[in-house]
Amino acid sequence: MRHHAKLAARSLLALTAATALLVPLAACGSDDTSSAGTDDAATGEESATLTVLAAASLTDVFEEAKEVYEDANPGTTLEFSFAGSQELVAQVEQGAPADVLVTADTPTMDGVADETAVDPVVIARNALTIVTPPDNPAGVAALADLADPDLRLVLAAPEVPAGRYGRQILEAQGVEATPDSEEPNVRAVLGKVQLGEADAGLVYVTDATAAGDGVATVEIPEDQNVTAEYPAAPLADSAHPEAAADFVAWLSSAEAQALLTGAGFQAP
Amino acid sequence: MRVRAPLTLVLPAVLAAGFLAVPLLGILADAPWSDLVGRLTEPAVTEALRLSLLVSGWTLLFSLLFGIPLAWLLARVDFPGRTVVRCLVLLPMVLPPTVAGVALFQGVGRRGLLGGYLESLGVVLPFSTAGAVVASTFVAMPFLVISLEGALAGLEPQYEEAAATMGAGPLHTLRLVTLPMLAPSLMAGAALCWARALGEFGATITFAGNLPGTTQTLPLKVYLLLQDDPTGATAVSLLLVAVAAAVLFALRGRWLRPLR
Repeated sequence: MRHHAKLAARSLLALTAATALLVPLAACGSDDTSSAGTDDAATGEESATLTVLAAASLTDVFEEAKEVYEDANPGTTLEFSFAGSQELVAQVEQGAPADVLVTADTPTMDGVADETAVDPVVIARNALTIVTPPDNPAGVAALADLADPDLRLVLAAPEVPAGRYGRQILEAQGVEATPDSEEPNVRAVLGKVQLGEADAGLVYVTDATAAGDGVATVEIPEDQNVTAEYPAAPLADSAHPEAAADFVAWLSSAEAQALLTGAGFQAP
Repeated sequence: MRVRAPLTLVLPAVLAAGFLAVPLLGILADAPWSDLVGRLTEPAVTEALRLSLLVSGWTLLFSLLFGIPLAWLLARVDFPGRTVVRCLVLLPMVLPPTVAGVALFQGVGRRGLLGGYLESLGVVLPFSTAGAVVASTFVAMPFLVISLEGALAGLEPQYEEAAATMGAGPLHTLRLVTLPMLAPSLMAGAALCWARALGEFGATITFAGNLPGTTQTLPLKVYLLLQDDPTGATAVSLLLVAVAAAVLFALRGRWLRPLR
C-alpha cells in the first residue's frame, strides 16, 4: 500500500513538474478568433462574423458601436480583439485570421501596407492627457512635474503608439521623465493610475473620458500636445471582404462619428 | 508483461505527443542559428537575463527559507486549519498569474491592505525589482512546498523516531536526519520552483510592471520583442526552452524514469 502511495505521489510530482516547465512557454497567447461565415437560409444573404483588431484606446467606443452597427446590419456580427497597435500588427503578420484593422497611429498601419485590401482611411483623431488618481496625491499640475524622480510615473512602452506620442511630448518640452514602468498598452497605464499604484500617467483624452471619476486629468495645452490619427482598413485576407469594407466605410459615417466624438475623439 | 497496444490508444497518444512536440520544433526550426550568439548577447537581452537570474535566485532563496518550515509544519504537525493552509499553498498554482498580480496589488500594493504600513517602512513594491521577486515568490514557492510536503509524508518515520529516542529535538532531527534524507526531493522541488520563477510572466507584468533593467525579465522581453522583432523573440525563447530542458535533464533520474 505504502509503495503505491509513494508512486502516486511521485507521478503527481512529475505532473506538476511538467506543468511548471510548460507554463513559461504559454506566457503570451494571442486571441485568434477565426472569422466564420454561414449562409442565412431565410434571407439568402450571407451572414458574416467580422473580427476587428482595434487599438486598445478604442475599447469602449467600439463596444458601443457594435450594438448600433449590428442593429442596422442584422447579417453582420462584430468581434473585437483589443490590444496595443504594435501587437495587433504583429498578430496580422503572424497570420491571425482577421477582417479589419484599426490602429492608433499611421506609421504602425504603414508597417502592414501589403496586408490591407485598400488604402487606410483616418476615422478619428485623439490627443494625450496626464491622468492621476482622483486625489492627485503627488500634486501634478503640468508636464514639467513629470520630471520629479520621486513621482511614480507610468508610460506606455515605446513600442506602442501611446508610448511614442508620450515621449514626443515630453521631449519637445525638454522634460526628462523616467517612467517606473512601460506598460504594453495604454489601457494598462490607465489601470495602474486608477488603482492608485502610479501617481501619474500619460493616456489618450478618450481613456480619461472613459475612466470618468476613476481618475483626475491634468490637461496638456494644445501647442504642447500631439495629434494621434486612427487609420482603419479592411485586411486583404478577410473571408468577408464586402462586409469588412462596409464596416470601415461606416466608421466615417455621421452615425459613427457622433459616437466617436461623444467618447472624446476629434473628427478626422 | 508486454502489452499489445491497440490502435485506438496508439493513435491519440501519437497525436498528443506530436501536439506537444510541434511548437517546440517550430522554435528550433525558426531560430536564427547563424547569429544566435549575437542576438543573445545584445545588451537588452543580457540585461533581461541578468535580471531574470537575480529575481529567480532571490525567489528560490526566500522559498527555501520560508517554504521548508511551511512544508515541515504541514506534513508533521496536526494543527487546526491545516487544510485551509494547504489550500492557500495550492491556490497560487492554479490561479491565473494575472489574477495573482491583481491580488498582490490589493494585498501589498501602495493602496492595498498592507500598503500603507509597508510605505511607512519605506517599502514600495509595485514597479520595483523587489516587487518582481514578491510576484514570482507568490507564484513559485508553492511548487517547493507541495513537492517537499509530499516527500515528507512519504518518509518512513522510524529514522526520525530513532533520532528522537536518542535525545535529538525536532530542529536537530530536521537538520541532521530529515533534510539529508530528503535531499533529492529538496533538489527537485527547488529546481521546479526556480524554473517556475524564471518563467514567471503574468503576475510580474501585472504587479511589477515592465521596465528594462528593473522589472523586465526574460519572459517579458520575449513578449515585447514579439511585437517588433519576432526573430529576436524566437532566439530568446530558444534560450528559455534550453534552460527548461537542462532542468529536466539534471533531474532525469527523478522525473524521466518510468514508474514501475
